Amino acid sequence: MYHKTQCEGFQCEQAMLEVPDGVEAVREGVLDRLIAWMRQKSLFVLAYGTGCGAIEMRPLMTSRFDAERFGVIGAATPRQADVLIISGYLALKTLRRVIRSYEQMQEPKYVIALGSCTINGGMYWDSYNTVKQVDRYIPVDIYINGCMPRPEALIEGFVALQARIKNGEKGGYHHYRENIDWYKANQRKVLGDQVPPAYTYDWYHAGDVA
Amino acid sequence: MHAVVDSLAMIAVSYVMGFLFYGFYRQLNARVQRRWGPSIWQNFFDNMKFFFKSETLTHGPMFFFGPMIIMAGAFTTVLFVPFLKDSDWLQGFSQYGNLILIIYLLVVGPLGNALAVGSSGNPFGVMGVTRGLTRLMGLEVPFFLGLALVMLQHETTSVHAIMAAQDGLANWGLVTNPIAFCVILLPFIASQNGSPFDVVGAPVEVYAGPRVEFGGRLLGVLMTQNMMMSIAKLVLVVDLFMGGATNILVLIGKAFALFLLTTVVSMVFPRLKTEQAVDFFWKVPLGLGVLAVILTVWLPSWSA
Ligand code: SF4
Repeated sequence: MYHKTQCEGFQCEQAMLEVPDGVEAVREGVLDRLIAWMRQKSLFVLAYGTGCGAIEMRPLMTSRFDAERFGVIGAATPRQADVLIISGYLALKTLRRVIRSYEQMQEPKYVIALGSCTINGGMYWDSYNTVKQVDRYIPVDIYINGCMPRPEALIEGFVALQARIKNGEKGGYHHYRENIDWYKANQRKVLGDQVPPAYTYDWYHAGDVA
Repeated sequence: MHAVVDSLAMIAVSYVMGFLFYGFYRQLNARVQRRWGPSIWQNFFDNMKFFFKSETLTHGPMFFFGPMIIMAGAFTTVLFVPFLKDSDWLQGFSQYGNLILIIYLLVVGPLGNALAVGSSGNPFGVMGVTRGLTRLMGLEVPFFLGLALVMLQHETTSVHAIMAAQDGLANWGLVTNPIAFCVILLPFIASQNGSPFDVVGAPVEVYAGPRVEFGGRLLGVLMTQNMMMSIAKLVLVVDLFMGGATNILVLIGKAFALFLLTTVVSMVFPRLKTEQAVDFFWKVPLGLGVLAVILTVWLPSWSA
């Protein structure tokens, strides 16, 4: 997970992305582990079809690859979703909607970013209106690389996410809450005054909302 | 003491049966679509997950009380439907109620739904509720006509008496009054939100319909009541048409057979439009119901 504290600047950020954090576990007790175990069995997905990678979501969800056998099914609204999938390049205009959707999701929530566009810009790396590292604006739990990743890769990503949930590792939403000012500053940098209004996230500041 | 334990047992039985039946439904559905599908416990996992999610949004007190009203409606319905006959257990408060009370309780759910969704102000939710109430106009009349036929046939409103009258296969309501069963069956599928008539939730059409604003714990409550309510209705139809059950295994078997019938129907038929559904209900089940009333009233020997 990417951290703001040490440095700014692209090279430095890249280096930090590559250093794996020690596993920070939040869940300890038996009950917590049971809940985590049930939680990883049931992931409702809000597929945000931002880019071309979205095309791989259809075979994943339907009969051919059948994600439902992992307990992964589509959710109709962000309120009911556990996982937000950013499927590909993220234009600035879309970024606003993604942030809005992400902040509407109920915790615990996770983000899977799909394709090289979300990791480093991919083939849109010099585009004027896409963001290059999604992780700077919303916390990404799992990256799935490829351009575009096959449904098998997506399934592998889901399984990896399930393993992390089961182990009780700290999800990205913890980081979002802890570093909300940093994320908001980054969002403001690219969106300007188009940044979502304060009431969408100010409850993050209001103490430790469970 | 007995009443408390009994009520808790009924609630537990209906919950467990609910998620297992729905888990089975999802698996069967998957097999029909040539995939493996989730495990049979999937609905339980989903439900538990929602109970342990956070709930950060609110649209005022009614948004919170709506699901509670629906939940209370489901609990009372479960408690007023006798699960077993000739038994002390799984009776709840059914000796104090009758079929007419159950009919009233069945409407509590949609009412609470309308209250909660109305206060959320989400257009998709309101759209879902409108669709639901429109469908209700279609399905209530034939459904209640079918129940009235049963009451007419047995000349009582007590579910216990109706069950007692059906000793042996030849006396099942299914055999003695098949038209009433046909009249009830399709509205019954609709009230379970089964496929040709699932215009309310209407996946991908109006997002989640009335549930669009609910996430987290309130959605968990809604899921729970939905599963329990389905079981209560299944058991009611088993009581009225399949002679009830003397022990829990027979009950599960009969309810499962009925569930299988309704699932198979909903698996094969795609969703109708709202107005098509209402049209259909006013034509086929209602027409059949009117015919059955004429037969039962003017040809009493027919159903005797
Ligand atoms: S990674 Fe490739 S497939 Fe995915 S959005 Fe970017 S260009 Fe499209």
